[in-house]
Amino acid sequence: MRYPWLRLAIFMTGCLVPAWWLYQAASGLLDPDPGKVLVDRLGLGALVFLLITLSMTPLQRLSGWPGWIVVRRQLGLWCFAYIVLHLASYIVFVLGLDWGQLGVELRKRPYIIVGALGFLGLLALAVTSNRYSQKRLGARWKKLHRLVYGVLGLGLLHFLWIVRSDLREWAVYAAVGGMLMLLRVPQVARRIPRLGRQGRVR
Amino acid sequence: MLIKIPRKSDCTSAQVTPEHLYLSRRHMLGGALAGLAVAAMPRLGAAAEASRYADAEPGKAPGWFSDKLGATRWQAVTTQGEAITPFKDATHYNNFYEFGPDKGDPAANASTLSTEPWSVVVDGEVGKPGRYALEDFVKPYQLEERIYRLRCVEAWSMVIPWLGFPLAEVLKQVEPTSKARYVRFETLQDPKSMPGQRSGFALIDWPYVEGLRLDEAMNPLAILAVGMYGRELANQNGAPLRLVVPWKYGFKSIKSIVRISLVAEQPATTWQGLAPDEYGFYANVNPTVDHPRWTQARERRLPSGLFSPNVRETQMFNGYADEVASLYSGLDLRKNY
Repeated sequence: MRYPWLRLAIFMTGCLVPAWWLYQAASGLLDPDPGKVLVDRLGLGALVFLLITLSMTPLQRLSGWPGWIVVRRQLGLWCFAYIVLHLASYIVFVLGLDWGQLGVELRKRPYIIVGALGFLGLLALAVTSNRYSQKRLGARWKKLHRLVYGVLGLGLLHFLWIVRSDLREWAVYAAVGGMLMLLRVPQVARRIPRLGRQGRVR
Repeated sequence: MLIKIPRKSDCTSAQVTPEHLYLSRRHMLGGALAGLAVAAMPRLGAAAEASRYADAEPGKAPGWFSDKLGATRWQAVTTQGEAITPFKDATHYNNFYEFGPDKGDPAANASTLSTEPWSVVVDGEVGKPGRYALEDFVKPYQLEERIYRLRCVEAWSMVIPWLGFPLAEVLKQVEPTSKARYVRFETLQDPKSMPGQRSGFALIDWPYVEGLRLDEAMNPLAILAVGMYGRELANQNGAPLRLVVPWKYGFKSIKSIVRISLVAEQPATTWQGLAPDEYGFYANVNPTVDHPRWTQARERRLPSGLFSPNVRETQMFNGYADEVASLYSGLDLRKNY
């Protein structure tokens, strides 16, 4: 396994951040509405992991260092893990485990529908993230995993529809996401300068 | 003959604390001598009043406020069996977009707001228009403590002890003309002290504007507040003068008022202008009409613990139906949300 310490560091960060939030919530630091704060932070955390995941390929092209691609899968899986926690805490802390209400929300609220679609997309990607699926799907695997761009769009739309009065925070995330997408346009991607000596890994 | 029909929210005589207990409560706190010494010093006397709410941080009350506090009618309106929200939560979990979009922003940023001197303009369809210094504006009225539920449109709620006076008394004083049908309120616009108004990403068209129908404004529950928790308003809660209309969603209770206008037409209000399908002019608390993005049937009463969520059913008109439902007879509340 290459770069074991980098992998371990990412793994520890992924675990410790929500553990820290949970500790804060349990000890009253997120009062008076800790459940809502956790839901918001986990959603934002998932978006951050998604944007970091999507910046691995451009960074690898820029630097030539293969380490970026090595940790890409783990970062993507952390995005999925945070979304699972985001959903679970929404169901527990906001809906109070009222499954009937979840059904109503899934039918009536556009931002919930968009969020649920994004979750399904991430689920498909997480399930097929192992080597076995890669081999099994062959060329189709790459096509399937382009779904991540759609998930980014759905995530940003979900976030936009939650905004009540100030777009600043959303605009920052949308700008980063937009830039990462722009770097994937073939005409732009070809012009990314190679700073490192090594060529492309994949 | 005067027939007094008790309202549901009134206290019965059995619930009134006996006077000797009420009067002796301060002896519990540190002895009569200390009490006498404190009472001899006017500044400290004001601080002793604030100790009605042991968790409330003492503020820096302006002179006119300390002068009025002594004659306050304490607990003029109360909520039964509902705990008052801790002072820390009521002052650190706020929507006041002039000071930023997050709940903690107002507490962090509102210290830049300068509330002295402050003046209020009364204009429009009134017999006595004018610009009043705040201390003159509040002079005629006795302060009352009104303990009200506050239901935010975002489905959380609190219970807050306000100090204020009925809006109706102010309106009578300024003599509305026969053309006056609505009251329009305006918040201070001052980008220098209000960072939210400097944000290029804010969707709100400043200044913040709210309004009431004249008969709503005359309802005895509607007050103008200058204090809370036995002290003056904290800046983040709308100092030095704010509206409190407890049967409507919180955004109707406009903060830091600089202008009160009586008008003939329904005023264009801030949230209604921003998202008319989400926020109506009336904005009465109504569990049967959902916000398009979330249900209004329930609310999180703050503080709401992580593993002991304090979720309760939302009441029609926030529990004040007996007092206000008659204002809306014949009005389709689904259309006029």
